[in-house]
Amino acid sequence: MTSVPYTGRPPGPSTAELARSLKRSSPRTGERIVEGLLFLAAVLSVVTPIGIVASLVGGTIAFFEDIGVGEFLFGTVWTPLFANGSFGVLPILSATLLITGIAMLVAAPLGLGAALYLSEYAGERSRKIFKPVLEVLAGVPTVVYGFFAISFVTPNVLRPLLGETEIGIFNALSAGLVIGVLIIPIIASLSEDALSAVPQAMRDGALALGATRTKVARKVVLPAALSGVIASFVLALSRGIGETMVAVIAAGSIAQLTLDPRQPMQTMTAFIAQAASGDQPTGSIGYNTLFAVGSLLFLLTLTVNVISIKLVRRFREVYE
Amino acid sequence: MTAQTGLQPDVRAPTTGLGRARGNERFAGKVFEVVMFGCLAFGVLVLAVLLFDVINDGSPRFNLDLVSNMPSGRPARAGIQSAMMGTIWVIVTVAVITLPLGIAAAVYLEEYADKTRWYNRLIELNIQNLAAVPSVVYGILGLAFFNRAAGFGGSVLTIALTLSLLVLPIVIISCREAIRAIPTSIREGSLALGATRLQTVRRQILPNAIPGTATGSILALSRAIGEAAPILIAASGLIFLTSNPTDLLSQATVLPIQIFNYVGRPQDEFRTVAAAGIMVLMLILLTMNAAAILIRNKYQRKW
Repeated sequence: MTSVPYTGRPPGPSTAELARSLKRSSPRTGERIVEGLLFLAAVLSVVTPIGIVASLVGGTIAFFEDIGVGEFLFGTVWTPLFANGSFGVLPILSATLLITGIAMLVAAPLGLGAALYLSEYAGERSRKIFKPVLEVLAGVPTVVYGFFAISFVTPNVLRPLLGETEIGIFNALSAGLVIGVLIIPIIASLSEDALSAVPQAMRDGALALGATRTKVARKVVLPAALSGVIASFVLALSRGIGETMVAVIAAGSIAQLTLDPRQPMQTMTAFIAQAASGDQPTGSIGYNTLFAVGSLLFLLTLTVNVISIKLVRRFREVYE
Repeated sequence: MTAQTGLQPDVRAPTTGLGRARGNERFAGKVFEVVMFGCLAFGVLVLAVLLFDVINDGSPRFNLDLVSNMPSGRPARAGIQSAMMGTIWVIVTVAVITLPLGIAAAVYLEEYADKTRWYNRLIELNIQNLAAVPSVVYGILGLAFFNRAAGFGGSVLTIALTLSLLVLPIVIISCREAIRAIPTSIREGSLALGATRLQTVRRQILPNAIPGTATGSILALSRAIGEAAPILIAASGLIFLTSNPTDLLSQATVLPIQIFNYVGRPQDEFRTVAAAGIMVLMLILLTMNAAAILIRNKYQRKW
């Protein structure tokens, strides 16, 4: 279970504590060296975020030397790769939020429903069938989902429903819907972990009072697991914000400020991909823009994650 | 509200509305259950439609020519050979980098780290947060450091290093879970018999953690095989190569990038090639997934 901070092994002193309390009979230099090497491997994981921040900061500072912060954050026209470019980030920011919003509308109810079914209703056999299917769904590469959006969802679902001429080949709606499908497994599996962690005694108690299974699921289990469920939503949200290939393939590359999901749009991630594919020379304004947008994206997902950790701490209920 | 049953009405927790159900409530409960099942079935349905759509589009080009031909601007001759070879080069490199590092980090965190020290808590926090960083951001890191600053360009090494950073937390987390599942009594027994901590790790912990680690590592590597966005950015461009990589520093492309390249072309014939490429990619990934699930079901011990 990844959503909850490390809780440790069963109660009692850990091996580390046991080992310290017993006196060593010999110095065991070899053991110390291996421990040092293992520690170094763990420390490497700290180098990655430092590297991420370091790589973002340089280009971002260079960008804001040329472009004002206000112009970047509040401008409504985004044409940074043109000769006389305009650097208002709102069009790609709003596209990101709109597409992620559509995705969450799809994924939140479906993912939670699937989790409730798996944890409260499904028998051992159907769990054995459905959980691997969800894992496969989570493992489908995003480029495949992008292909699915443009070759199936838009022509075979959206066009018959909304009218041939109403919706273009590239549109935000298909990207949002498909990203929604893509994040269902995240919500389903993390919520299911949270729901399954609710002690059986609580269900038994409610059932003994005469409640139906549905009432138990809705009024006992779901409230008790709320923090884990919310954490799964937030993680899915940040995954949606960072999703790239589906947006690049299905939503197009026209940055426009609109809330009409039938229009083509460019998300922040799609812009980063476009700018990087254009092979911008190091230090050019186009190259630096990529880092500025990357920083904004990083801050956005970081904020979402911090909120999620706070929420989990706040609503977390500890049993036993 | 519930029907009166006499005796002790207070016990029935009136605020939550729990209590004995009436007939229509049971019916509503059944409907709710069916709706919940529908949510789950939707996922399965989408997966089925997706696979059907890909096979339907791609089967005309799903043959040996696809794998033996190099990418081409002419759809009839376009293949995926250099991308296949690139994927193999990249994944082997990623495995060589991430498996030793990930397992070592996991062993340290589970068996050695003192949880009260600030640096160990920092490492903990980091690994948790890294799993939520968008993959494009890793791409930017790869572009700035490996591609430009280190001068590796769009090579196998740049791609592999970027992907290694991306999947390392996944390998660490899954290996830690495998180690954590081993009961403390095993460690204590080993220590009590006079084994050192290193001997305990080598002879008790690692062998028992193999199935869980293998499952997690296979899933992490299959994630790396399917990634396109960070590579697109780190390798800086839609690489179109008609030669296979020969060493770590040669230019490379991988399957998802080649598929993306074909999807983006206007001619319908290229869409067929893209779908056929997706069939190859999905075949590889489903095989890996099946292997992971099989290993888990067959070798995982219940203590």
